This record gives sequence, structure tokens and C-alpha cells, in this order.
Amino acid sequence: MRIALPARLRSRRSAVAGLAVLVAFVLVAVLADVIAPGDPLAGTGPPFAPPSGAHWFGTDSLGRDVFAGVVHASRATLVVGLASAALAAAVGTVVGGISGYAGGLVDDVLMRLVEVVEIVPRFFLAVVLAALFGPSVPVVVLLLGFTLWPETARLLRAEVLSIRHRDFVVAGRASGLSPGAVLVRHVLPNAAGVVVVSGALHVGTAVLVQAGLAFLGLVDASTLSWGGMLQSAQGFVTIAWWPAVFPGLALSLLVVSANLLGDGLLAALSIRGPRSRAL
Amino acid sequence: MDRQLTTTPRPGGQLGGYVLRRLGFAAVLVLVALTIDFVLIHAAPGDPVTLLAGEGGDPAYYARIRSELGLDLPLGEQYLRYLGSAAHGDLGYSIAYRQPVVEVIGARFGPTLLLMVPALLLAVTVGGWLGVAAGRRAGSRADELISAGTLVGSSVPSFWVGQLLVIVFAVGLGWLPVQGMSDPHGSTSTAAHVLDVAHHLVLPVLTLALFQLALIARLVRSSLAEVLVQDHIRMARAKGLGPRTVLYRHGVRNALLPVTTVIGSQFGALIAGAVLVETIFSWPGLGRLLYDSTLARDYPVLLGLFALVSVAVVIANLVTDLSYAALDPRVEYR
Repeated sequence: MRIALPARLRSRRSAVAGLAVLVAFVLVAVLADVIAPGDPLAGTGPPFAPPSGAHWFGTDSLGRDVFAGVVHASRATLVVGLASAALAAAVGTVVGGISGYAGGLVDDVLMRLVEVVEIVPRFFLAVVLAALFGPSVPVVVLLLGFTLWPETARLLRAEVLSIRHRDFVVAGRASGLSPGAVLVRHVLPNAAGVVVVSGALHVGTAVLVQAGLAFLGLVDASTLSWGGMLQSAQGFVTIAWWPAVFPGLALSLLVVSANLLGDGLLAALSIRGPRSRAL
Repeated sequence: MDRQLTTTPRPGGQLGGYVLRRLGFAAVLVLVALTIDFVLIHAAPGDPVTLLAGEGGDPAYYARIRSELGLDLPLGEQYLRYLGSAAHGDLGYSIAYRQPVVEVIGARFGPTLLLMVPALLLAVTVGGWLGVAAGRRAGSRADELISAGTLVGSSVPSFWVGQLLVIVFAVGLGWLPVQGMSDPHGSTSTAAHVLDVAHHLVLPVLTLALFQLALIARLVRSSLAEVLVQDHIRMARAKGLGPRTVLYRHGVRNALLPVTTVIGSQFGALIAGAVLVETIFSWPGLGRLLYDSTLARDYPVLLGLFALVSVAVVIANLVTDLSYAALDPRVEYR
């Protein structure tokens, strides 16, 4: 047990680092117009200008500034990542909370539902939906929100099961509160940690799925996204490396920090991790 | 996965009944996937006929499609007919290829397997080895290094890694081909052709393997670190077994069991990864087909791919669940 404490501290430090980078990304997204003023979709230089003082990340095939693109694309990426994770957290909390607290048949039925949703090949469904209904942000958020929640539900259910017989819960019941009130007031607040953890991990997954769709060309043409930038860079990797390297770097940094935050919190809260599954 | 770890056998926990229940559930899952497809065809904006047969066709052709697909029938009847033809392996006709969807997809399956199998082997061997190296001494320098590396490896998008590999090894160093499955101007002898394909395989396989490799390494690491603090390990050490024997026979063996289930649950992600990797390397497999079908709005192929991938994922999960049940005598099922 001698290594347990430092390992915990370390995981807390990595969680803080992950959170700091995420916050920095949010700031970049909010301040995009200040950091890189002007229309990021307009060409401002010669095509394929290498990184320089004038264009920090160079320009792409249409002479657009890659730095401005990376900065502005953070908006769409964060909106999709955070909104999908929030939706998944909401659905997962309802299902996992009820499943763990109610037990019995309700639990059985809800857990079967979890298994069904878990097995749907998320990326392929995303491709079909984006092709049929258009790859708009709401479509992508709804799809991700409604396919990512099973992990949250599983973790929360396990947590609820472990605390539903604790004294304070029994006391709440004994004082005449309805089951719903006990669940909302006493059980869920004490089990909320797992929802936050899986939420952080889901931000990473959502961002990756969205980027993958954009990379297949399934993206709203008027919104800038890192995946879309990588797709337009794909045809020219033999000519210029910078239009591919920088958006990918931003994307990777965001996902790594979301995972650092999630993993760090997992370890700090001593929760057994979910079976992670990307895409 | 509803496995419960208990040590006392219970009635109703027999393997035979478990297999039957799992098979039944797998059938339900396949039904769900087909139902999603059916709902999507009808919920999508526009007429299902133009959706399934393309636009700008001859009205007589549309009328034939309409009656062939039974689109004039009540919805319930249409649903049953749809399930019936799917059960016979009929998933409709591709708009772009003018061929049955199943044939179009079947023809592209081989090249994708050619990517997936070596990538999975690489991920299991190298990922397993890294996981053992890290998990045997949790908290050590090697563990920190491997854990950090695999965290990054499981976070970076595979298609970007593919682009980087192309930029470095194909464009920069010129060691490996940029894309494709073989050199069209290459020699015609079989041996040369095999070498040529192998040469083209290196970068896509590395790209596809990276995520799974990192994931497996992380799982083996945490699983092994958990096993190594258990009593039976201390017992094995106490009775004087060598450190290697303790590590491999008593540690790794037990730690690998939970990892097997993950390989099954990763099947969908692996195909999704292959789709993106194939797009980068112009590999003529399912991924390329998905990409082309998206551009061509070839909905029957897209819906068919979703259905077939779902079935493949269900089978992969079923197989891993059942082998897990057969391998681990401690596991009790309800």
C-alpha cells in the first residue's frame, strides 16, 4: 500500500492538468474572434504557404490561414463534445439511478436496454443518420447523446447499489420520503462522481466520432471543424504537411486532456473504470 | 454483460441455459438493428422510392420498385416483408453499382479483413506485452512511461496518425507507398505480388492497430496490477516459486481473462477504425465502399452496411461471452 498515496496524488495532478487544458480550449473557443479576427473561411495568403510569422500554422490549399481555422473550429468541436456528453449524462443518470435503486424487474429490463444500445455500432449509425438527415450539429449531438449513455448508466447503477442500503438512505426512507425523493435527494448526490467521470471520458469519444464523420465529408460545409480540416488536407499530404498536422494536434490535445481528466478522476475516486470504447 | 462473480454454484447458473439465453438475446439484437434500418428508411425525409432507387428515374421503374418493395402495403406488413427478405440475405439493390447490396459488400470484405486480422494480432501481442511490462510493477518508471504513451495512443484519432505516418514514412523518407493495395505497374508473378501487397499493408495496419494496441495495453496493465496484489500471488511467492513463474502462471494468466471480452466488444470500433484508415490509404475495402456510398448517396448500401456490421458485432460479442463462460469457472450467470 506504500505506492497507493503517491499514485492517487499523481492521478489528481493529471486530472487538474486535463481540466486546465479543457478550460483553455473553452477560452479559445469563446475568444476566437479576438485571437484570430476575420473570416477564417476566407483566403488570406498564397496557397500552401509554410508556417511563418505571418501564418503561424501556414495556409491550406485555398490560401486560408490554418491557425485561424484551428482556433475557430474549436467552437463546433466543443459544442458537440460538451452537449453530447451532457445529454448522455442526463439519460445515463435517469436510467442508472432508477435501475440501481428500483432493482428487480425494472432493473432487469433497463439493463437489457443498456446492452442493446451498447452493441449498436455507433459510428456506422452516425454515418447513416448523417447521410439521411444531413450532418447538422443537432443530429450528431442527439445520436451521440443517445448512444453514449449506457456507460454512465452502468457505472451509476453500481454506485447506487453500493449506497442504497447505507444508513442515511434508510433514514431518509424511514422519515417517510417517497422513493423518488430518496433517490434524488440522498442517493444521487452521493453517486454523482461517476457521472462526472464518464462525462469527461464521453467528451473525448464524442469529439473523435464527430471528427471521424467530418473526415468522411459528413459535416456541415459552413462550419469549420478539425475533422473537416483534416479531410481537406488529406488530398494534399504529399505537398504540404502543415494543414494536416495542426488541426490533428489540436484534436489530439483535446481528447488526451479529456481522457486525463476522466482517468484522473476515476483513480482519485477509486472507481473501477468503464470498458472504454471509442467511435 | 450480466456476469456475476460468485464462488458458490447456484441453480439456474448452468452453462447450457446461459448459452440459450445468450443466443436468444443475440437474435433480439439483430432484430433491433434491422428495425432501426426499417425505421430510418421511413423516417428519412423524402420518398423511400427515390431514397432506395435514386432520383431522376423512369416513373414506370419507380412504380415497379414501389410494388416490389411493397411500399403500397400497410406499414406493419411492409415491416414483416422487410424482415423476411433480410432473413433470406436480401438487403436491396445498390443504386451506384446496380447489384444486390449483399454482393457489393461481400466483394469488399476481403481487403478489410486483410487489414483487420494483422492489426488485431499486432495489437494483442504488442499491447499485451506492454501491459505486462507496465502492470508487473505498478508505479514504476516503466509503468509511468507506458501508461502515458498508451493514454496518448488511445486518444489520438487514427486517421490523423495515418496522415502523419504517410507524411513521415511515405512522403518524407520514401520507404513505403502513400496509398493503394498494390502497385499497378508491378510484376505479375505471385510472389512479387504478395510482397507488394505486404509492402502496402504496413502503414494502414500500423495505423489501425495503434488504438487497439494502446487500449489492450491499458487493460492488461490495470487487470494485472489488480491480480498481483491478491492472496494467491502472495501464496505462490511464499511457497518459493520463481518470480517469472509467479508473474506468468499466476498473474498474467488470470489477468488476461477479462481482456478477452474486450476484444469482442471492440469489434465494432475496429471496423469503424478500418473505415477511416481505408479512406486515408485508398484501400479498396468496406471503408472505401462506405465513403464512396456516402458521396453517391447510395442509401441501400449504407443501410446494408449498418445491418451487416451490427450482425457481425453481435456475433463477435456472443462468441467472446461464450468463450469467457467456458474459460472462467468462477463466473456464474443468471
